[in-house]
Amino acid sequence: MSTADWKNYEPVIIPDIKDLDKIDVYVKNGGYKALESILKDKKKWADPKSVINEVKEANIRGRGGAGFNAGLKWSFMPPADGGPRYLACNGDESEPGTFKDRKIFEYNPHIFIEGALIAAYAMEITTIYVYIRGEYKAYIDMMEKAIADAYEKGYIGKNILGSGYSVDFYVTYGAGAYICGEETSMLESLEGKRGYPRVKPPFPAQKGLWGRPTTINNIETLAHVPSVINRGAEWFKSVGAENHPGAFLYGISGHVKRPGVYELPSGVPVLELINDVAGGMRNGKKLKAVIPGGSSTPVLRADQLDEITMDSDSLRTVGSMVGTAGMVIMDEDTDMVDVLWRIAHFYHHESCGQCTPCREGTGWLEKILLKIKNGEGEVKDLDLLLDLTTQMEGRTICALADAAAWPVRYTINRFRDEFEARCKKKVHVIA
Amino acid sequence: MAYEFTKEDLKEIEKIKAKFPEVMPATLPVLWVAQKRFGHVEPEVQKLVAKTLDLPEAHVHGVATFYTQYYKEEKGKFVLDVCTCLSCQLCGGYDILHYLEKKLGIKTGNTTEDGMFTLNQVECLGACGYAPMLQVTNDKYVNHLTPEKVDKLLDDLKEGKEPEYEKIGMPRRKNI
Ligand SMILES: Cc1cc2nc3c(=O)[nH]c(=O)nc-3n(C[C@H](O)[C@H](O)[C@H](O)COP(=O)(O)O)c2cc1C
Ligand code: SF4
Ligand code: FES
Repeated sequence: MSTADWKNYEPVIIPDIKDLDKIDVYVKNGGYKALESILKDKKKWADPKSVINEVKEANIRGRGGAGFNAGLKWSFMPPADGGPRYLACNGDESEPGTFKDRKIFEYNPHIFIEGALIAAYAMEITTIYVYIRGEYKAYIDMMEKAIADAYEKGYIGKNILGSGYSVDFYVTYGAGAYICGEETSMLESLEGKRGYPRVKPPFPAQKGLWGRPTTINNIETLAHVPSVINRGAEWFKSVGAENHPGAFLYGISGHVKRPGVYELPSGVPVLELINDVAGGMRNGKKLKAVIPGGSSTPVLRADQLDEITMDSDSLRTVGSMVGTAGMVIMDEDTDMVDVLWRIAHFYHHESCGQCTPCREGTGWLEKILLKIKNGEGEVKDLDLLLDLTTQMEGRTICALADAAAWPVRYTINRFRDEFEARCKKKVHVIA
Repeated sequence: MAYEFTKEDLKEIEKIKAKFPEVMPATLPVLWVAQKRFGHVEPEVQKLVAKTLDLPEAHVHGVATFYTQYYKEEKGKFVLDVCTCLSCQLCGGYDILHYLEKKLGIKTGNTTEDGMFTLNQVECLGACGYAPMLQVTNDKYVNHLTPEKVDKLLDDLKEGKEPEYEKIGMPRRKNI
């Protein structure tokens, strides 16, 4: 399927099937067939490596934000040595604008469980943890239930489907901290500590949970795996954009008529997602700006969006990124100074404080933006902000500092007039 | 006051410990068990958690203070966490927060005199498409807020009626 007929795409992860969250319904609709195939069909899947190769070939780019080829990541695991190895599934979902993994927990938990089991088999892993943000109490309960059901039916546990392969699968959860979505912070949190990201190297594949080889994948990334096994890498690559294939769970929020999560091929034109999928702008307003993939991805002005599609190649040409495909849509009445201040507040609040450029930098970004927002800023403050962003980027343990710096740099550059106008004025009129 | 876990709590704690190869990973989940039992994890409760798991008190304290969902002091009977982050800001999250401040007669961060409600503003709760929204005491999400819906929520809570889980249907494909 080319991107042009995206409207004919049939959803795989969140299809319109009633009660798909129940294990019997999932199995009736072809569920756990992929797991059975890799465990038992030795002609097709000679060994775990053959599974890794197929997934690598499919090029499922990580849906947690960084877009790294999942199969390639799996291939970094060192050879099994008989000791424990872990898969840690990232269900922290805290990047503002992102609300897609919860749809998998709610509507199709077993496709994620099946994907995680396939991943674990492929990497010869013995224990799987899924880490869900603590606020998602409802989804934590749903996942507990789904995993208990899969244990009961023999898809998890000892000697799965008589194959001799055994794995345990546990639900764990956080207690409110955005940083725990960062993979090494998540490992610290899983180990029962404060969520301080670790210095890399060593990478988690070498030293992860309790110093043992560990792979971290996003929930949606893993939910794509069963269809790659069932239909093949070629099918997956035929969906959506060439260098960023497969479907996305687009989470569309902000000033549109029909916000929500939509499963469609990658590479759909941004304007068609807004107008055809999300029903267009609310209250007859005009589009002003789009944040394409969660709060850290650089904002785009409406006039930058012609012909731009939701994939890394296209977004790069206008200086942005796919991120989590959590699209935040803003209308003509949006005050960009207020929006940027609120984003800066978020990153300052969530910085773990280990690195000076991040701890102090995010604080200064917020403070200066508040001053500008209150009409007390000067134009030279804008240059100070831009200077600060270059001081923060690439100088810290994890990417939170970069995630905080990008929106500041690009929002100011792309809406400079609005920021300058606010600087000169003394009174702030609240919209 | 001396805090003690019940027999059921201790059973649950044993189950939690069985998930991990070490004891330390039980810190977060056992703090949750404690908060469920006592309504908060003030320092005396942290001590109990440390003692129960045979971990240093300083470790448990460090964890309890890192994560925002643990209540380090007593809160109102209901904690209203209003999201004012990016998408909620765009869709009127601050209006809802200010409406609640007026209605409850308190500033954000405080508890009403009768001990019923604590009002907070929080960061993105992963419900951006259903903004503005709030979460009640670390549990149910209440989405698509309007002043009327807030009024009803407060009335219900005062009567001890907690909100139901709001299932949000998938957007239908035929709309496209
Ligand atoms: C500050 C920060 C927060 C992150 N939050 C999340 C998150 O909530 N969920 C997620 O899946 N990945 C998150 N990530 C990305 C993870 O570190 C990691 O790259 C990802 O989980 C790997 O899975 P994937 O390759 O399948 O995408 C975050 C990264 C950073 C730097
Ligand atoms: S960059 Fe920020 S969030 Fe990441 S480790 Fe450093 S201080 Fe913590
Ligand atoms: S911004 Fe409020 S839930 Fe995401």
